Amino acid sequence: MKRAKILLNEEAVNVTINAANQVVTEQGTIIEEGTFTWLPPCEGKAFVLAINYADHAAELSFKAPDEPLVFLKSSNTLIGHDQKTYQPDNIDYMHYECELVVVIGKEAKNISLENAMEYVGGYTVGNDYAIRDYLENYYRPNLRVKSRDTCTPIGPYIIDANEVPDPHNLTIRTYINGELKQQGSTKDLIFNVPYLVSYLSSIMTLTPGDMIFTGTPEGLAHVYPGDEVITEVEGVGILKNTIISETDYLSSL
Amino acid sequence: MLYYKTRKNDQVINLQAQAAFEVPLENNLLPAVNGAVIGVALNDKTLYQSLEKQFNEKPHVSPPKTPVLHIKTDNTHIGYGDTIQIPSNLGSVFAGPSLGIVIGKKACRVTEESALDYVQGYTIVNEVSLAETSFYRPAVKAKCRDTFCPIGPWVVDATDVETPQNLTIKTYINDTLCHETSTNQMIHSIEQVIAYISSFITLDVGDMIIAGTPLRTESLEIKANDVVMVEIEKIGRLVNPVAAE
Repeated sequence: MKRAKILLNEEAVNVTINAANQVVTEQGTIIEEGTFTWLPPCEGKAFVLAINYADHAAELSFKAPDEPLVFLKSSNTLIGHDQKTYQPDNIDYMHYECELVVVIGKEAKNISLENAMEYVGGYTVGNDYAIRDYLENYYRPNLRVKSRDTCTPIGPYIIDANEVPDPHNLTIRTYINGELKQQGSTKDLIFNVPYLVSYLSSIMTLTPGDMIFTGTPEGLAHVYPGDEVITEVEGVGILKNTIISETDYLSSL
Repeated sequence: MLYYKTRKNDQVINLQAQAAFEVPLENNLLPAVNGAVIGVALNDKTLYQSLEKQFNEKPHVSPPKTPVLHIKTDNTHIGYGDTIQIPSNLGSVFAGPSLGIVIGKKACRVTEESALDYVQGYTIVNEVSLAETSFYRPAVKAKCRDTFCPIGPWVVDATDVETPQNLTIKTYINDTLCHETSTNQMIHSIEQVIAYISSFITLDVGDMIIAGTPLRTESLEIKANDVVMVEIEKIGRLVNPVAAE
């Protein structure tokens, strides 16, 4: 099952995606593309892993961490599939980060590694944009880098966990304007899905809808207003996003 | 006017009162707000001065250029009278008395001059934390444990708080006054904090900013079986028992 949320006639509606990739309401009505807005498919706490691929750690000249390096995002930053992310004026380096996102399916506290996968409800795709100009060495990466309005596309939908038999062997790809820019595999995760669920649940209670962005492999590049950025996790989904200028963003408000 | 929340038959009830004595504190209240909670770290003069030397050394290299923010996730939020649960094996746990700034209308890119127009009112926060051994990486482990953010008992309407930047904050542990500070110790003012955050995060109605917590010295350490009370002038008292997790 693939579950999503859309904005239809100014109302948030839960939908599913059928085998023909059509959006279907709970009443069974098919909604035509172009008549609605994709919303983030989940609501909850948003955890993100920094430096969770060995190749990416090398790219950033960091050594791989001894324990998961986790930061949080606030919900203002999440947007759905096929939406626009704005690039602030006067910055030099804004890059995408294609990530497998784990969605928690049931309440989890102090869960063992062995049982952790039972708490995974499904998966989706996240694009964890960063604006590196704003990095500072306090609570790094800070909210100004990672929690900006429109800066975290997620979706299009959640695919049930049982339809992703091996989350640790999925190819990750990012395309800018059709050109492949980033490629990796979740088999290279430093801390894998059950480890992350178990680790986070040892700190706090996880609840359905909580998201774990599992990190990104190497292959980062700057994006420009007008770019179409597609992030894809094999067997999970294809998430599209378009970069716009700050001026265009402000006039859309 | 005071705004507070209770639960009845699994429904959240929003209530108002003219005076504190009208609020039935014996029924544990819900956290006084239910939106996103963003804290401003290093926003206390004494705390900042105590670390100033380190800020020029690795890994920080240079002092912060912008207010340092963190997130207190929903699982941390508890109401008046709810129990703060502390782990037994992770070292000292500290109370974090602070003013809570509650947003009353959607704030996107607001100026310092207009910032107070977006404030519904003020509440009391106890931003509980493990020892803050480093400010280099996000403090998820230290700050986001379940029950680590009592909020309440209510939100006092902004019109009833004439000088929010000059309110005495007292912390009592087991009825003994153990710490005193004031909102006049903030480095970035209420207006500056709202303007800065809203320059890239749209704040919604019900979102709250934790204005700033003091240096966590031994006097703020809390232990199982303590009762901790944070009192802010013109706002009220937030009382929570402490128990082992």
